[in-house]
Amino acid sequence: MLAGVAVEALHNVNQTRYSPRAMQPQPSLTDLISDVANRRDREAFALLFDHFAPRLKSYFFKLGVSDQAAEDFVQEVMLTVWRKAELFDSAQAGVSTWIFTIARNKRIDAIRRERRPEIDPEDPAIKGDEDPAPDDVVHASQMGDRVRSAVAELPAAQAELVRMSYFEDKSHTVIAEELGLPLGTVKSRIRLAVQRLRGLVGETI
Amino acid sequence: MMTGTMEHTARTPQHHPDSEFLMDYAGGALREPLAVLIATHLSFCGRCRAEVARLEALGGSLMEGLPRERMSAGSLGRLLRRLDREGEEERPMVMDRGDPAVPYPLRPYLARLGSARGGGWANLPWKKRLKDVGEITLLDSFPGFQTRLMRIAGGSAVPAHTHGGMELTLVLEGGFSDSTGQYLPGDVAYADDALSHQPVADEGHDCICLAVTDAPLKLTGPIARLFNPFIRS
Repeated sequence: MLAGVAVEALHNVNQTRYSPRAMQPQPSLTDLISDVANRRDREAFALLFDHFAPRLKSYFFKLGVSDQAAEDFVQEVMLTVWRKAELFDSAQAGVSTWIFTIARNKRIDAIRRERRPEIDPEDPAIKGDEDPAPDDVVHASQMGDRVRSAVAELPAAQAELVRMSYFEDKSHTVIAEELGLPLGTVKSRIRLAVQRLRGLVGETI
Repeated sequence: MMTGTMEHTARTPQHHPDSEFLMDYAGGALREPLAVLIATHLSFCGRCRAEVARLEALGGSLMEGLPRERMSAGSLGRLLRRLDREGEEERPMVMDRGDPAVPYPLRPYLARLGSARGGGWANLPWKKRLKDVGEITLLDSFPGFQTRLMRIAGGSAVPAHTHGGMELTLVLEGGFSDSTGQYLPGDVAYADDALSHQPVADEGHDCICLAVTDAPLKLTGPIARLFNPFIRS
């Protein structure tokens, strides 16, 4: 992962802290983000790009955009990562989760041309105190393989609905229409999928 | 669960949106009118905030598992050159416009109405629909959706109605009851074709709700896509 595009593009960068030859443990994604946040570290940023850009391109591809548009969106998502790195809070979410939400918002804004209504966690008027236990959320995002195999173990019809909702920009009502299924059937399949994911990987989903 | 002593303390909502709405919100598939309602519910409900955070983590994990598409040669180099043009100056935070008495996700929509700041619900430009019912259309550019604020005078009933499609109703202030239960601030009621209901506002206080109906027009999706330059045909 360290070879190739990222290292090539870094010929101007003098530091080689992340060189594959160095006998250091591979930096975690969280380390890379905090190096970008604290030091505007381009080498760390290039490694993040190497890791995420091909997956982000895949994400935008699935939404039906052209190759060029997908690359442009990837650039914009990674630019947001650069600009907002200091807002990343590893106590609140994993790096993949944070970047997923940036890509999701880009898709809503640029492809669907809608506003994304969100809460402001700093809003003093916000009510209720059962916010996620940070460990749970971070843990959830770090147990990627387990989550993916849990999704793979879902009955095909349920896994398909999860995939359509996350990657094809289709809400459950649209899915029901497209598949010609009663809305109630789609609703109960999604509920079963969410319950089952909880059952398979514990309360952290 | 201190539902008995809710007068001035934050009450935990008892009626939540179903998990398919939370998943569509976390994954990004939920259309804006419903997303406004869900986000507003989240500002009342820690339990659903936690669930959305978990569903976003599911999205992060699923994204990690996507096949890797090759980026074109030089794309990282182009991006790094763009970073050179990024100023080091702090970007100004976007100032929050709107009425602090209103839940955050609703503020930009109410600000568009040109309502007086800080006046709360009473100062909004309500349109009288029935003797005891006022309403305001919030988002009118979403074919198939109706997004309205409703104000029902305390003790009054909304005439019985059914729904072409489904309707989510979020209580913002006051409360109402129908055959499915009592709904107080933060609670979400779900109704569809199968339900004919007659909500009655609780006595003594106007009930303010956000109601979103979704009766998709068959042609909405494909036509929207036809006119969208980013969609591959």
